[in-house]
Amino acid sequence: MSEHSERTRPRYGGASRWRRAQWSAGMSERWQRVRHHPGAVAAMFLLPAGFGFVVFYLWPTIRALWMSFTDYNLLRGSGDWVGLQNYQDLVADPLFWHSMRVTALYVVLNIGVQTALALAMAVMMDRLTRSALVRGVLVLPWLIPQVVVGLLWLWMLDPRLGVVNHVLDWVGIGGQDFLGSPAQVIPTLAGVNTWRFVGYTALLIFAGLQMIPRHLYEAAALDGAGEWRTFWRVTLPLLRPVLALVLVLSVVGSFQVFDLVQVATGGIGGQPGGPANSSLVIYVYIFRHAFNFNNAGYAAAMSAVLAVLLAAVTFFIMRGLRGSRSDLA
Amino acid sequence: MKLSWRRRIAVPMSAAILLVAACSGTGDDENVSLDYWLWDDRQIPQYQECANAFTEQTGINVKITQYAWEDYWSNLNTQFAARRAPDVFTDHLAFYPSFVQNQVILPINEYVERDNVDLGQYYPGLADLWVGQDGKRYGLPKDWDTIAMAYDSAMLADAGLSREDVWNATWNPTDGGTFEDIIARLTVDENGVRGNEPGFDATKVAVYGLSFDNPSNSASGQTSWGNFARSLGFELLADGNPWGTDYQFDDPRLAQTLDWFARMVKAGYVTPLADLQGVGYVSLFEAGDVALTINGSWAISSFTGISGVDVGFAPLPTGPQGRWSIYNGLADAISANTAHRDEAWQWVKYLASAECQNVVGEKAVVFPAIPASLEIGERAREQAGLDVSAYTTYLESQNTFLYPVTVNFDQVTQAVGAAVDEILLGRRPAAEALTAAQRQVDSIMGR
Repeated sequence: MSEHSERTRPRYGGASRWRRAQWSAGMSERWQRVRHHPGAVAAMFLLPAGFGFVVFYLWPTIRALWMSFTDYNLLRGSGDWVGLQNYQDLVADPLFWHSMRVTALYVVLNIGVQTALALAMAVMMDRLTRSALVRGVLVLPWLIPQVVVGLLWLWMLDPRLGVVNHVLDWVGIGGQDFLGSPAQVIPTLAGVNTWRFVGYTALLIFAGLQMIPRHLYEAAALDGAGEWRTFWRVTLPLLRPVLALVLVLSVVGSFQVFDLVQVATGGIGGQPGGPANSSLVIYVYIFRHAFNFNNAGYAAAMSAVLAVLLAAVTFFIMRGLRGSRSDLA
Repeated sequence: MKLSWRRRIAVPMSAAILLVAACSGTGDDENVSLDYWLWDDRQIPQYQECANAFTEQTGINVKITQYAWEDYWSNLNTQFAARRAPDVFTDHLAFYPSFVQNQVILPINEYVERDNVDLGQYYPGLADLWVGQDGKRYGLPKDWDTIAMAYDSAMLADAGLSREDVWNATWNPTDGGTFEDIIARLTVDENGVRGNEPGFDATKVAVYGLSFDNPSNSASGQTSWGNFARSLGFELLADGNPWGTDYQFDDPRLAQTLDWFARMVKAGYVTPLADLQGVGYVSLFEAGDVALTINGSWAISSFTGISGVDVGFAPLPTGPQGRWSIYNGLADAISANTAHRDEAWQWVKYLASAECQNVVGEKAVVFPAIPASLEIGERAREQAGLDVSAYTTYLESQNTFLYPVTVNFDQVTQAVGAAVDEILLGRRPAAEALTAAQRQVDSIMGR
């Protein structure tokens, strides 16, 4: 290392610079050495982000992982090492598996409907209009805070007093129980979340569509391909990497649904996750254990399992859709 | 190696400690400011009035913060975890056992003895609710509540019923007594046919005879099944309340009670569970979709505040073992993490004094813990032409039973709440659902 700096100093310095460097000795010399190490410079640029990562991600993650091996009680503010006890409890906890099934159903309904709708909207925008106003209107629901969305729909979907059932009655379909029905509550929540995120997802896909070269569409048109065929043979294959990314983002986000369920289910003042635990998604269950029962250790164990599961889901989506490679290249 | 690691961690650690110390700096004694939390937004004005008078007398400032019930307890738990809980807060019997268990609230018995606080000035039993299993005292009473019913007078008259009919109602789980007949007559379908008349359509109900709070919110059934089951002689805890652990959810009398409620839902006389998962029974009452409700005394002003509806109050029906109501008392407690123990105690003492309780009584939102203060409230209500004696009758006849005071009540509520949901949805017979819930409760209570 010292040989390297000896060799390069005169090239950059010059006589006067060399003299100045001599009296400010140590610091400057060390700085010079750092400067000529690409790795060291990169490290300095990474420092601010790295600091945030360590303090706000890595440390809490390690701490939560440690907690999951203890009986950490939130009120007591301490816990004793219990080994794998929390994980054993979790395997034997019917409500944990129930909430995983509820969450999975929610994700499938939410992502299925949302992605199909968003794709249709994005293609229509791409083919029909470039209006910034339309794009702006599409993301409006996304701008509303989730808690407000929850309260808004709780009122609108109230079986007796809500506006939605009044409209359904008037049309002749008849009132539905929506959030109050064990069978309808998850589809309803998935619908509300779709309403909120479909515009945002459509915009992401729309951005992906912009990257597809126009000449391919001209070529397809010349070859006599219709709108439908063009979509399946040109648009969709070239959109694949973007779609994979959008899917990963929305699936992970959908798994983490919390505030909507916490606010909109169980009614005002009731226990969220109802009726009869039919909307008890995993994050509501984790929250309940951590902040109502003060079982932070058990909640941390559930979170750790969920993190591993989400990493696996992400891996399989990226792998399955070959998300990191584009057919354009 | 170990040592250098420690030294490296020591510097940021001590910096962090300094920072924390700076944030929680005590400052001058003259400018002590206490944080005080409560959950009922209708009670902010009277406590602000108390706080102003208290500041004038002592120079101690009080900052009042209110969170809605749903958020209040999880917020409080996280603040306790961060050791930043409010100095003083309104405490509830359902939650205080775990606060005592984890030592996050201060025992105040030494203060009470030092200042000779007269514990006999409160309604009987209220002060003792706040004595923990360790024999120490954890709060001073502020107010209490019982459960009764609110009705729409016009709907009662339309059904050909009088106030006396409701006041003298009887109930049993077999044929429902006169109470079942009352709620059947109050129920009207969309064609104007009443619940007790032939041709009534239970699937198209315009006005329900009876409604109440979402029962999944408490394993005590406080504002729904609890008082009815008690009127059959049912006791929630076999080994005594407070501090029992032997819950009796598999008692056949409770199953009979809940089967009756499920039957009433099916008959169309009681709002189905779906309607309790929405904006709630008070809004339904206000909209004219409900004729009679079960509610706590804390909610009286929610009903009297409804314009255009003449509201009356009546006690719960009399069961085979009499007319019963849950008796619940609230108290103010001091967080263990407070930096101002003495000042916090002064505030708690003031809140529990006749001076502040008179202000609370005057506003007539809740029933103060001191009888004389309650009388002030009664006079205020009388002047407004309001009769709330339905809620106080239980005290006179000594037909009250205590809200369950046990550890892990929140977990118990989760298990029982889901079972009650299933019963009211008509998915499972009560005995079966409650036996399953009892197994969960036993494991929660470590039995």
